[in-house]
Amino acid sequence: MSNTASNSFISRCAKSRSFVIGGTITGFLLVCAIVSLFWTPGTVYDIVIKDRFLTPSADHLLGTDQFGRDVLSMLMTGTQNSITVGIVAVSIGLFAGVGLGLLAAARKGWTEELIMRLSDFSFAFPAILSAIMITAILGPGGVNSIIAIGIYNIPVFARLTRGSANAIWAREYVMAARASGKNKLSITLEHVLPNILSIIIVQATIQFALAILAEAALSYLGLGTQPPHPSWGRMLNEAQTLMFLHPMQAVYPGAAIALAVFGLNLLGDGLRDILDPRLSRKR
Amino acid sequence: MSVFFAKRFLTLLATLVGASVVIFTVMEILPGDPALVILGVDASEDAIQALTKELGLDKSAVERYFGWIFGLLQGELGNSYAYKVPVWELVEGALKITVPLAIMSMILSVTLALVIGLYAAANHNKTSDITLMGFSQLGISVPNFWLAVLLIIFFAVNLRWLPPGGFPGWEAGFWACFKALLLPAIALATVQGAILARITRSSVLEVYREDYVRTARAKGLSRRATLWLHVLRNAMIPVLTVMGLQFANLLAGTVVIENVFHLPGLGSTVLKAINNRDTIVVENVVLMLAGMVVVTNFVVDLLYAVIDPRLKAHDL
Repeated sequence: MSNTASNSFISRCAKSRSFVIGGTITGFLLVCAIVSLFWTPGTVYDIVIKDRFLTPSADHLLGTDQFGRDVLSMLMTGTQNSITVGIVAVSIGLFAGVGLGLLAAARKGWTEELIMRLSDFSFAFPAILSAIMITAILGPGGVNSIIAIGIYNIPVFARLTRGSANAIWAREYVMAARASGKNKLSITLEHVLPNILSIIIVQATIQFALAILAEAALSYLGLGTQPPHPSWGRMLNEAQTLMFLHPMQAVYPGAAIALAVFGLNLLGDGLRDILDPRLSRKR
Repeated sequence: MSVFFAKRFLTLLATLVGASVVIFTVMEILPGDPALVILGVDASEDAIQALTKELGLDKSAVERYFGWIFGLLQGELGNSYAYKVPVWELVEGALKITVPLAIMSMILSVTLALVIGLYAAANHNKTSDITLMGFSQLGISVPNFWLAVLLIIFFAVNLRWLPPGGFPGWEAGFWACFKALLLPAIALATVQGAILARITRSSVLEVYREDYVRTARAKGLSRRATLWLHVLRNAMIPVLTVMGLQFANLLAGTVVIENVFHLPGLGSTVLKAINNRDTIVVENVVLMLAGMVVVTNFVVDLLYAVIDPRLKAHDL
């Protein structure tokens, strides 16, 4: 990338309000996750019954929960969980989905028909219901819920990729490449994929946010991350029974989920503006 | 046109058949033996075998699949393994909660979305537009089950205006039921409404830029008349598509929301049935949900043709 091009890219990033706010929030959560690997202000795994339901103080900025665990520390450690879920679930969807979408666009014919009908078909099953069924088969647990969410991401990416890839396959430069004797695989890798990458990246941010929401919902139902690992959905589940006496216990983890999803959605919007100016101008 | 309907209808049937096979297979793979779950781990081998036979689970999978499907075609859903009552009895009670809930939240979310979306579009790039879109961005980010908990804390625990959960049953009267479903409906509708409002706004803005809108304004049609006569109808296509998809999400979303409010609807029925290994209930309810999704999409496709007659000529 030339110097001027990179400068204009950075200035476009700085100009997009969504990108700056979304990126800051996402960065902040990443820092929380990394810091919590080494240090948290209080205990996360130790049960200290005498310290239960402490009100916020200098020692416990957000107070403690029913087991005397530090709420702020649990929220910080929960960030690791949500980020892991997002990364793994989106990666499953990306690799399988983008692969299938590219294959459908390159092969056409019955391959495309089969892949598209299968993905249409999978949309007949509502996401959360499929995830519940998959975790029922695999058994509840963090890893299994990630797999369930990841599987559901596959058709989303397959559809998007195939749609955008088809548009690229119709371009003149692809025809020129075909005429010069390049095979479909190298055309896909050299021309199609780079040109649809920005759309895929934007969708990946949105799916990341959706994965965090889905994992929180599954953990809330008791099908996702199991104790003692802190997870925002799980914290919300535990807080619900205490809602009448200690409502703030239910407020914090939900706010953390909302903040993460808000940040990622803004980041996605910002990236769309930056990577695909044509799309943003249309809005 | 009729060719399109016939093709679309065949796809619908094929999807339903496919869905039934997938659901049945999933239930076959699902670990856990219904007879063992009902009798408990201490049950004798003989008792388990007897119950397996009584439930008809000793037959081959193919036999049971066709038994299920032929039963369905005759309107016979079979009996719940766990409760020994016809599945329809369980489902009927649940539907009477989930369907009104889904309809209530749909009405709420569409009203919210159209009002906010149109207002924001009319005030494009003004402070009110930017503020509303900021709020809708927040609305999209909030997990609906958390919003549900917040609503309970605020309206049920603090203000005591509405019940925190549970369902009195339709015998208790419309008003009591309406009150019981109001908070869950708001929790479901806010997120959906926020998404729909954004779609409405951008769709309306896009149509405003069309030549025919400029022509209408140029020939002296008022802004309001242009909106109602030209813009709204054309802007409705993407809104309708998303609404169709959302209805599916809404039905599935009730699984979590019903859990928060302790409503014995379709979602809690499925969840309980999965835990009880009451596979026959799961199969029927999940197929029913998938069926509603497929039929909704079918209806949306038909509505396209009604809203936009130009689409009739082409194969959709």
